[in-house]
Order: sequence, then structure tokens, then C-alpha cells
Amino acid sequence: MAIKRYAAAFCTALALAFPTLDAHAEKVLRVASTMADIPLTTGQSSQGGEGTRFIGITLYDQLVRWDLSRSDVLAKLVPGLALSWSVDEATHKVWTLKLRPGVKFHDGSDFNADAVVWTFDKLLNRKAPQFDQSQAAQISQYIANFDTYRAIDPMTVEITTKVPDATFPYMLAGVNIGSSPARYKELGGDWSKIAFKPSGTGPWMLDKLVPRERAEMVRNPNYWDPARVPKSDRMILFAMPDPNTRVAALLSGQVDWVEAPPPDTIPRLKSAGMQIITNVYPHVWPYIPNLGPASVFHDIRVRKAANLAIDRVGLSEFLGGTAMPAQGAIDPKHPWFGKPNFKIEYNPEEAKRLMKEAGYGPDHPAKIRIAVSTAGSGQMQPLPMNEFIQENLKEVGFDVELVVMEWEELRSHRRASADEPTNKGIDALNNSVSYWDPYNGLIGVADSQLRPPRGYNWGGFNDPEADRLARAAAVEFDPAKQDQLLGQLHSRIVDQAMWIWVVHDLNPRALGPKVKGFVQAQSWFQDLTPVYVE
Amino acid sequence: MLRYVLRRILYAIPIALGVSLVCFSLVHLAPGDPLSAVLPETATPEQIAEIKADYGFDKPLPIQYLKWLGRALVGDLGSSIKTGRPVMQEIAPAIGNSILLALAAIVLAFCVGCGLGVLAGYVRSRAADSVVTAVAITGVSIPHYWLGMVLIVIFSVEMNLLPASGMGAPDWQHMILPAITLASIPMGIIARSIRASVIETRKQEFVQTLYAKGLPARKVFRHVAKNVAPTVMAVMGLQFAQMLGGSILVETVFAWPGTGFLMNSAIFTRDLPILQGTILVLAMLFVAMNLAVDILQMMMDPRIKRN
Repeated sequence: MAIKRYAAAFCTALALAFPTLDAHAEKVLRVASTMADIPLTTGQSSQGGEGTRFIGITLYDQLVRWDLSRSDVLAKLVPGLALSWSVDEATHKVWTLKLRPGVKFHDGSDFNADAVVWTFDKLLNRKAPQFDQSQAAQISQYIANFDTYRAIDPMTVEITTKVPDATFPYMLAGVNIGSSPARYKELGGDWSKIAFKPSGTGPWMLDKLVPRERAEMVRNPNYWDPARVPKSDRMILFAMPDPNTRVAALLSGQVDWVEAPPPDTIPRLKSAGMQIITNVYPHVWPYIPNLGPASVFHDIRVRKAANLAIDRVGLSEFLGGTAMPAQGAIDPKHPWFGKPNFKIEYNPEEAKRLMKEAGYGPDHPAKIRIAVSTAGSGQMQPLPMNEFIQENLKEVGFDVELVVMEWEELRSHRRASADEPTNKGIDALNNSVSYWDPYNGLIGVADSQLRPPRGYNWGGFNDPEADRLARAAAVEFDPAKQDQLLGQLHSRIVDQAMWIWVVHDLNPRALGPKVKGFVQAQSWFQDLTPVYVE
Repeated sequence: MLRYVLRRILYAIPIALGVSLVCFSLVHLAPGDPLSAVLPETATPEQIAEIKADYGFDKPLPIQYLKWLGRALVGDLGSSIKTGRPVMQEIAPAIGNSILLALAAIVLAFCVGCGLGVLAGYVRSRAADSVVTAVAITGVSIPHYWLGMVLIVIFSVEMNLLPASGMGAPDWQHMILPAITLASIPMGIIARSIRASVIETRKQEFVQTLYAKGLPARKVFRHVAKNVAPTVMAVMGLQFAQMLGGSILVETVFAWPGTGFLMNSAIFTRDLPILQGTILVLAMLFVAMNLAVDILQMMMDPRIKRN
């Protein structure tokens, strides 16, 4: 009898306990990334846009940040750790930033102007004890124009640039503040230890790091922006480079979110009730031609023919609708698209006519060698896509040899100009480009003075009108006027067929049916704070 | 015995030097820039020279090799270019994870392979022999990555029984599918070797004598097993040593953070210190494993000692 009583009491206790346990159950979001390793966690994340998305803007904040709260408009810059920023009217080189008060690092230390200057020293001052080449390399393009910087008062920082640069706020959005000076001191200035215990100001805090396997982050309950305190208690980021493994992990319920599912798995994922989310973002997948006198692409007719030879709609269908045909470097809905006259479309007859005019045809094809990678950040599905286009180009009179190489090798080729010895025999590079800021997307690729390593004009595009527009946009501090100039610049480079533009990636990701709250911004980065698993 | 072991250890020194030279040369001959992880996109030639000097890549290759070797001799394999963490700190957990997986796979391969091999060698039925041989050949022939994917589809996606990837806490559930995948080839090899060895041993005169003397089959089997054991040991040792290296394909398919996964990542990011360090440590493990197997074989079969 007594046993029965105890059993009944135990069952009642269990019944009462379970709702309580459920109410306090930890909400966990499990994400499978395409990366083979967890990006650098010490401040400036590695591994490009994906590293920034999952580590850079989760653990850290920037002085100026991207507003990633909307999917229907382009992500815009908004105040982050800086409440405001302004440039002096006289020289347009001295930027004053008023910092956000009351912000604390995860370790409890104060965020202030000294912490900002300390972070800049970590990235720019090779003599500073905290200087870290690994982190500095990740954002060299953002900090290249820094000349001097100083704390004016505890909540004000002044940065002087080498040359006037209206795109400077975009550059600041790429600089993560931290890990904190206090944590650096606490761990004896050892970045390899800080990697496991970093201290940023971001909405997530690193709880556990297992290299090459996972990073576990927990909610920062004291985050300075109450609207962006994460809805999930914990986020686990897995390194899963194999696309089929990621899909299997989602289908088996092991993860809730996978990045870049292969196009051919999308029907299967949809049939299993998964959410496939896509949106346009500042990405283009082009061929960057060598425009030197020895290259066939020196002739604008050949460049135009190549642009007209590609069946972009067919290619997008081949990619399961995960890409959008490009009409230039910029998405047509973007304010920088402008009004180009050269319409980029699939017109093989016109392409053949242009090729004939340029002296090429079926009996005398234009022989080109294109360097392509097997994979890589933003490269989509490079091998099948290139083979598809190889056939398109062949039809209008090109004889294309694909020079397949590994991603890092392709980057080495891109780092040198087309006319450098390392690029001898290469007529074009297939390297995706982001246009999240005017410099990376337009100015740095079109200005004839910005050949690598100064900029990204790999092929040697040299057009006085483009130069004029690029230089005017770089020093136009009125955003509306700058947009207008960038639109004119884009129109000019499309009319000159500077590159061969193919598609814009639609950034597909697959989410489990119970994942709620995600808004896919028109950006390389995404806000994970509103996301939770129901 | 001690002299033999010492002699084998001495032999290992030139092997280690040769391996270190080959791996150092190969990773430096591969195209791509080893400093791409730390080299700014817009680095000027002066900056590139400065960073190269920081990492010691400005010196001629023989000098780089000697410096690296000198540090490696005292256990310092340098730091990862990509993460800045000491190479040994990166390699140690990866090797631990690969050993864990290799142990599970070798036990599985041994049990199944021995069972099948003995069965095929003993059973006089041609059908049974054919079936066992077919299973063994299939195990050897099926590509690892394909088998791994099929197992994931069946047991993770369709049946939802086992995790598809990762290693968990670690826990045994995460280990099952990669262990089966990794075990398939050694299982086939062990089964075929044992089958051949059992058939060969059973044909020998001493076995016929044992039968003629009226020894029960169970006791004859013990004698056969004893004679087959050195072969099994040699095959198993080699297979286990090979698995310790981690399978790049299996570990990538299952996102298992072992040495294969580490090397895959290091190859793609041109992280030379990690790549050189991992290959060197694995080569040394391979040499040590071979030595251990030789000693065990010698202990089991005194004829080897005499030779």
C-alpha cells in the first residue's frame, strides 16, 4: 500500500515537473555552415561573408552596422556602436564618431573610445603588442584608407583618412570592435587562448569552441539593443563543408538550418516540408576578362558577343531557381543600376554577327582560357555552371578551355593584375564579386588607376568616362548624388561590356519547418537574433 | 629482442627524415600562396615581403626545411597560419578523434572480416565461399564516400535512427555510420587474407596429421588459428595504421573532426604548418604502428625472430 502511495506521489511530481521543465527548456538553434572550420573568433572573423554572418556580427558589433531587419529593401547602414558620424567640410578627411554610452563587453568591461583605438591598433599598428596579422588580413580593404585615429574624449573617436572617401562609413561596417582589451590582458595577450574565450559586445556570447566542429553561442541577455536580444537561448554553428551531409543533417533533424543546399536537393527538401528561402543580395557571378592588347577581349565586340551568348534563363533553371539572370554587375532594382543602353540578354544570332565582325567564326574560333575554381566563397556551383556556359560560348564561335584550379589558387591569380607573369595565358577569371559597398562593387573595379593590389581592376579596364564617374562618386558625400553617380558609372561599364556578367546568386538556405522569425535581408549578412525553433 | 627493437627504432630515423623531406617538398610545390589566409587582398609588394619575412617564407627552401626540422625535433611544429594556434594543439584532438573512429572501425572490420574469412576458408560449400568472397570484394570495391552517403540516406534521412554527421559529445551513436563506412575496405581485405591463409594452412601436412591422430575439429581449429594469427596481425596493423591517418573522404562526408578533416581544411587554405605537421606526425605513427605489429608478430611466431 505504502509503495502504491509513493508511486502515485512520484507520478504526480513528475507530471507537475514536466510542464515546468518544458517552460524552461533551452531554445536551441542548430546551423550547418558550408565552412570546413569555425572562423576566427578573436574579432575579425575569417572565411568571408559566411564567417562574418555567423561569427563576426554575432559575437561582435561594429561602429556602423547593417540594418538586416527587412527583406523587401536593400540593407542600409545604421548606427551601431557609434551613435553618429560626420566628416569635416574643409578636407573631407577627418571623421568624428560619437560612441554609444552604456555598452559593455561580454566580460563586463566598458566599451569606450580607448577600446576602439585599441582595436584599431590591433589591426593597423604593427608595433602594438596586440597587433594580429591574422585579423588584420581579413579586413585590409576596409582599413587601407586609415591614416591616423585618436580618442578625443571617452565617448568620441576621430579618424583621419589618407584621401577623402565618401564610402568610409561602409568601411567602418566591416570593422568589428573587440575582443576587449580587458580579456586580452586577462589571458596574457595570447590570441590563441582568446579564440576560446573572446569578449565582444555582440548579441551572442561564445560558450564553447571545438575547432573544425562547432561553436556554441549563448544569448547575451544584457545586449544594448533590447529589440535584438536573441530569441534563442543557444545557437550551435556546425562546420559541414559537404553539401549532401548538410542536407542529410537537416532531413534527419540533426540541424535546423543549412546554408547553400545544392539545387538538385531542393525538391526533396521542399517535399519534406523544409522552408527554402531565397532573396537577391549584392552578389554577381561574372567573368572578369583580360582587356590587354593580346587578349581577344580587348575588342568590345567580342565582349558584347560573349555577354549575348549566355542563356542565363536556362542556367537559372538549371540551378533550380537559385539564381537570377544578370543584366549587369548590379541588380536592376538597385539604385546603382542606372540606365544602361546595352541590353544583356540571350541573343546568339547577334553574338555570332559580332564575332564575325570581329574576325571570328566556326572555322576560326576565338580561343580563350578561363581560370575557374572548384568551389569557394560566392562561387555557387562553378564547375557545372562553367560547363553550361562553355557550350553556350562554343555555339557563337568561342573555343573555351576551362583552367580548373582550387579556390586559393584562383585568389592568387586575382591578387595580381592580368598583365602580371602569373596570369600569362589567362584570358578571364571566373570570380564572384560582391557590391555591398560602392568601392568593392563599382569604383574599385572600374577605375583605371585601381589595378591590383591597389584595387580590383584585374583586367585593366581603362575608360576616361568611367574614371571620371568613379572618382566623382568616391568623393560625393551626399548619398543621393552618390547613388546617381554610381548609377551612371554602372551604365557606362555595362555599355562598354567591361565584364561578362552571368547571374546573381539568390543565396538559398533551407530551414526546418519549425524555424520561425527569420527575415532574409538583401545582404551577405543575416540577423540571427529573431530566429528561434518553435 | 631488445636489440631487434632498437635496430628497428634506428631504421625509423631515416624513414622519418625521408618522410619529412618529401612532405615538406610536396606542400611547397603545390600551387597557391601559403600566406593567402593572412595576406591582405590589396597587399603591396612591400607588405607581402614583410609578412613573408614574419613567417620565414622569405628564406630559400632548404633553409626553411632545416629550420622547420630543427624545431620539429624539439616538438615545436609551429603555428597555424590561419588560426594562429600551435600546430600540436590543432593536431592532438584531431588525432584523438581519428584514433577513436579507427578503433571502432578496426574492431568491426576485424570481427566481421575474421568471421567471414574463417567461414569461407573452412566451409566446404562452394556457395558459401562465393557469397563470402562476394561480400569481401564488394567491401573492398565500394567507394567510401558513396557508401557513407548511402548509409546516411538510409539510416539518418529515411529511418531517422542515427545522426548524419559530427561526433556529438562524442557518443557511440555518432560513431556507428562512419565506423561502418571506414571498416568496409579493411573488412574485405582481412576477410580475403584470412580466407587464403586458412585454406593454405589447412592444406599443410601438420593439419592432416592432427586430423589423422583423431584430434577433434575444435582443437585442430586452434592450431590453424595460431598459424593464421601472424597474417591477421600484419594485415590489421597496416589497416589500422592507415586508418589512423584519417580518411579525408569519410571524415568530410560525416563532418568528423579527425586528421582527414584537418588535412582537407589545411589543403584548401594552404595552411602549410598544419599540413606539414600532420603528415609528419601521422608518418611517425605509421612507423610506430608497424614496429608494434612486427614485435607482436615476433612474439606470436618465433620463426620470424629466427629469420
